[in-house]
Amino acid sequence: MNRIENAFKNKPIFMPYFPLGYPDLDTSIDVIEALANSGADLIEVGLSFSDPLADGSVIQHATQVALEKGITVKKSLEAVRKLRQRGVDIPLVLMGYYNPMLAYGLEKFVRDAAEAGADGFIVPDLPMEEAEEFMSALSGATSVTRSAVEAQMDDSNRPSTSLRSAQDGGLPLIQMLAPTTPPERMERIARNAKGFIYLVSVTGITGERKAIAEGLSDLIANVRKHTDIPVCVGFGISTPEQAKEVGAMADGVIVGSACVNAIGGSEKPIETAKQFAAEFRSALNTSHD
Amino acid sequence: MTTLLPPKFGPYGGQFVPETLMPALIELEEAFVASRTDVEFQKEFNKLMASFVGRPTPLTYAKRLSEKLGGAQIYLKREDLAHTGAHKINNALGQALLVKRMGKGRIVAETGAGQHGVASATAAALLGLDCVVYMGSVDIARQEPNVFRMKLLGAEVRPVNSGTKTLKDAINEAIRDWVTNVRDTHYLLGSALGPHPYPTIVREFQSVIGTEAREQILMEVGRLPDTVVACVGGGSNAIGVFSGFVDDEHVELIGVEAGGSGIESGKHAARFGDPSKGRVGVIHGTRTYVLQDEDGQIAETHSVSAGLDYAAVGPEHALLRDTERAFYTSATDAEALDAFQMLCHTEGIIPALESSHAVAEVIKRAPTMRKDEIILVNLSGRGDKDLNTVIKEIGELEN
Repeated sequence: MNRIENAFKNKPIFMPYFPLGYPDLDTSIDVIEALANSGADLIEVGLSFSDPLADGSVIQHATQVALEKGITVKKSLEAVRKLRQRGVDIPLVLMGYYNPMLAYGLEKFVRDAAEAGADGFIVPDLPMEEAEEFMSALSGATSVTRSAVEAQMDDSNRPSTSLRSAQDGGLPLIQMLAPTTPPERMERIARNAKGFIYLVSVTGITGERKAIAEGLSDLIANVRKHTDIPVCVGFGISTPEQAKEVGAMADGVIVGSACVNAIGGSEKPIETAKQFAAEFRSALNTSHD
Repeated sequence: MTTLLPPKFGPYGGQFVPETLMPALIELEEAFVASRTDVEFQKEFNKLMASFVGRPTPLTYAKRLSEKLGGAQIYLKREDLAHTGAHKINNALGQALLVKRMGKGRIVAETGAGQHGVASATAAALLGLDCVVYMGSVDIARQEPNVFRMKLLGAEVRPVNSGTKTLKDAINEAIRDWVTNVRDTHYLLGSALGPHPYPTIVREFQSVIGTEAREQILMEVGRLPDTVVACVGGGSNAIGVFSGFVDDEHVELIGVEAGGSGIESGKHAARFGDPSKGRVGVIHGTRTYVLQDEDGQIAETHSVSAGLDYAAVGPEHALLRDTERAFYTSATDAEALDAFQMLCHTEGIIPALESSHAVAEVIKRAPTMRKDEIILVNLSGRGDKDLNTVIKEIGELEN
């Protein structure tokens, strides 16, 4: 069982987003470790891009700061490796826009990411129509990872993290669905999806919202008609109460802007991260009460 | 999923957008394809082009400029005489009619120089649509008259303070608005950029430039031009005029990018002209040549003309360049300003700073050509909007 499947053993799961490099690289690594140790079940690790067109002001600002502080794709992957060395063992899914991945070299990117210990990818500007190139990079990288890992196996009896993912057929490119996705298209996307479904709960960009979108339970039910993999909901979930409400319907709750806002605005970001994760985790524990 | 029209130009183009927008792109493509064979739609579009835009725009023989340069005979396609003062109105009206057809009531648009914003605001006023224009705050400062015009026309102008505060960031904000309000809002994209079907739609609505220019030059001199020159920001005026000649293989097509302070200075918007930074990537929904750093972050650009100050180029231009059907060069700020003044003095025409880049190339090229050769240059817009910039820049140049 790979890390992502493993994470969904106790649903609903808590999935915060945090960008590497914000407010600086070392702090962001500490924050992600703190989130992982305090209740996060899966973390969306943000890669920064100069033109994040699906993001609202909070994540725009955070990723801009990260870029000004010198974050790069390479440094981000090194940070993932460091998190693994520190013993973080929950799934880390890389979330970022396509161009920096292309600039890094797509095959090299997915290979290096897998070797660093990432568990999957979310690329918001890569709809189904354009995913083929990424998919073929993934299948290329999987075979490379396998052989690299087989070599490692000679040295150690413990299967490395990459192996566990690779054995299950490679890291997933997480598919996104939106409230605007028509039924036929939803079926087509959901049928081939791997890992989990990222269901965008609102028509809009990332950012905190006062209320949970109407019709969410119907939307989730529609997605479930086409797939057995977990359905996770993101965009606009800001409070533990909202998380609890969504957690009653979905398999996972994604919290981005609220997480970045709370931690980024804190004097003690590590403490805030621990508290933030604990609060959301405990709210989600009561989702099915 | 398959598209009705080809979504790519060779390896370029495509639809790199968030899932939320994909259905809107599919709907737009359907509406556009249906409109091509809809006699009523075409009739209405053509009628507006004639009675509202004032088409056909003239083709003007630039006699004194030709004599001064002493080489090729120069003809100007006068898009500066289209209503609102630039070619942008052709596409804005075409898309606004599609908006009506799709039953949406609101448009958002981005603008750099303000010409597309003015055109969108005009089309919205004419057809009774709500209109919000996103404009970088740097551009608002340098294109003040156009900001006022948009407001007069009933549009809301929203300043964009993120990123570089120019066209690129205005596009980001327009897309964010569109994602949020996609059910009742159309993104009236102003250049031959962005995700499919935009580059195709914009080219088709701008192809009227090339169609007219071809007929006019044949009528006037009885043969096709040797060379066609246009400035290239996103590339809508260029793709429009090129489309009339692209099948005439012996007609040379030249696109002129913004050379800013010079390629070597790093301060420019020459996507093709600077191989160290201009590489194939994905921005604003399309794969094309993009000015970027080694890590794939989009580079800051510079041009004296806001309309050319953009990090990416339309995907069809990328293909025309790769296949060498068109050639791309650049003109610096200083060359464009010289050309601006020369056209004022010799022809009594004040060109937009964007179009002045095309004129700058003509000034370089015409003297190397024979007197029986013909250059046709697309004068994409008029320069009234640029007077503040020119006063400031020429003052600085003379000091």
